Amino acid sequence: MKQALPRLLCLVAGVVMIVQFFVPHGVSETLFSESLRWVRIISAFALILGVRSIIAHHGTRVRRRTAGWVYSAVTLTAMVVSTFIGLFVGKDANTPSLLASGAQTPIPLHMQLLYENIMAPLGATMFSILAFYMASAAYRAFRARNKEATLLLVAAFIVMIGMVPIGAAIWTKFPDVAQWLLNVPNMAAKRGIWFGIALGMIATSLKIILGIERGWLGGGRG
Amino acid sequence: MMAVVLAVLVLVALPAAPDEVRAVDTPNDDGGSITVMWTLSADDAALSAYEVVRVAEDGDEEVVAVLPAGVSRCVDEGMPDGRAFRYRVNAVLGDTLRATSALSEPAVSRAQWFNTRRVNVLVALLLFGALILYFIGTARKGKKLFIRRIAGLDAVEEAVGRATEMGRPILYVPGLAAISQISTIASLNILSEIAKKTATYASDLLVPNRDPIVYTVASEMVKEAYAEVGRPDVFRKESVFFVSEDQFAFAAAVNGIMVREKPATICLIGMFWAESLILAETGATTGAIQIAGTDQISQLPFFVTACDYTLIGEELYAASAYLARDPLLLGSLKGQDWGKLVILLILVVGSGLLLVSGVKGLEFFRAIYEFFSVA
Repeated sequence: MKQALPRLLCLVAGVVMIVQFFVPHGVSETLFSESLRWVRIISAFALILGVRSIIAHHGTRVRRRTAGWVYSAVTLTAMVVSTFIGLFVGKDANTPSLLASGAQTPIPLHMQLLYENIMAPLGATMFSILAFYMASAAYRAFRARNKEATLLLVAAFIVMIGMVPIGAAIWTKFPDVAQWLLNVPNMAAKRGIWFGIALGMIATSLKIILGIERGWLGGGRG
Repeated sequence: MMAVVLAVLVLVALPAAPDEVRAVDTPNDDGGSITVMWTLSADDAALSAYEVVRVAEDGDEEVVAVLPAGVSRCVDEGMPDGRAFRYRVNAVLGDTLRATSALSEPAVSRAQWFNTRRVNVLVALLLFGALILYFIGTARKGKKLFIRRIAGLDAVEEAVGRATEMGRPILYVPGLAAISQISTIASLNILSEIAKKTATYASDLLVPNRDPIVYTVASEMVKEAYAEVGRPDVFRKESVFFVSEDQFAFAAAVNGIMVREKPATICLIGMFWAESLILAETGATTGAIQIAGTDQISQLPFFVTACDYTLIGEELYAASAYLARDPLLLGSLKGQDWGKLVILLILVVGSGLLLVSGVKGLEFFRAIYEFFSVA
């Protein structure tokens, strides 16, 4: 029973969503948008479990003083402070909160301010690191250790030089050759992978809907 | 006399009216629209516009569209379903001269219950589903199926053993996507198999999550996997945890785990975006064996570059069957391979049909070709 009910629900939901794809009627569209709303509602409830996990995980680390526990303390503090600000101070300067029923928040510190001055710069910093990682990864990939790596190096060189003005200045055909490499061999390989992915997705979906793959139920196969 | 001369002059100046105005319910929609088609006026090149006029049953008229010359089709949207309307098309010359067509037959808009333009998808789905079920049936009867080796998956056993020997954890990141993505489900199936191995060897497993639902499912799957191999005592609840829904906050946290915990093996399997290289390069600097897998083609080069093994596209979906060595699941892999063969044949036949349809008199081959195009 523990597995039968989720499997039955999965089968019904899976078949209904497949049928929905072929039905253009408004009823079908409503069903689809309604199911998306349900997913959002369930996500909201799952977030509570996520928050509980953060508190339990980092709380344990702080309590046990494991290596790097200070980071956990910072995480917990940040979570408590931002929750307090979000609930009692306000989302932004014009949105009322539990603490301030008027149009303006009493304290000029709100979620938008935190987001713009802490989250956004931190995110941008992480993203900017990507440039350095790309350089180190490119260095590793483009070492001509064997035939395949040499081919990759040559193709990458042509594509890169074909995409910048100096490439056309050196040889007018560089942009065309670069575009050909992207449009023909590169696209052919990509489409080959896409076919495999599409079939893999259908097969995985069928296995789950028909109850052949039950890993998501915690194991056991029929 | 003057009036007669003027009338004759106007008649001479009038453009030819559009012909054969047809109005039909727009096919394959959820109602509320009628498609109007007509044959272009003989004076189309000289026209300034076509006016499409809707005529209700009670005689009410309304111009629903003004279209440039050369256009012979219009979709009238936002209509009430179940009511009949007729249409007329005016050929407009300059600002004032209008040649009016005859009224079309009445048309009624209705919502459809089947999208006929997706018949090809249905046929492909049924064919592919039948192939998979056939091979699963074959596997169930005990027939041995050959599955090619996948180096990245063969390395899993070695990677778990290495982690045990070194006394370091295995870090498994099930991607950053939600549970609704099939790649996430495929990744969780692989996690289940890896969790069984870590449970057997009593190795540490760390599973950071970005999505709260994925976290909940992953937690249950790992717990069940430990129980399935008879080691529920080794399972630590805190080994599967939620980190953050923010993409780069999650990447920063996982990088921190890699640097602090120095895992022996890092698995980056599922859907990744811009953070893929940040994670894979940081992992590479720690000296861990890295096994990556994704169906995001744009991220594959990063993983191939920075990781020891990469599951490319469909290998991600084959992984759980491959690791579990379950005959039923292996049967589905065989079905996938046959599906690819069918697609290959369709590509060859479709290309041939398109080429042949260019020959005069063989245009009907194009209709067969168009059956394969997806709406």
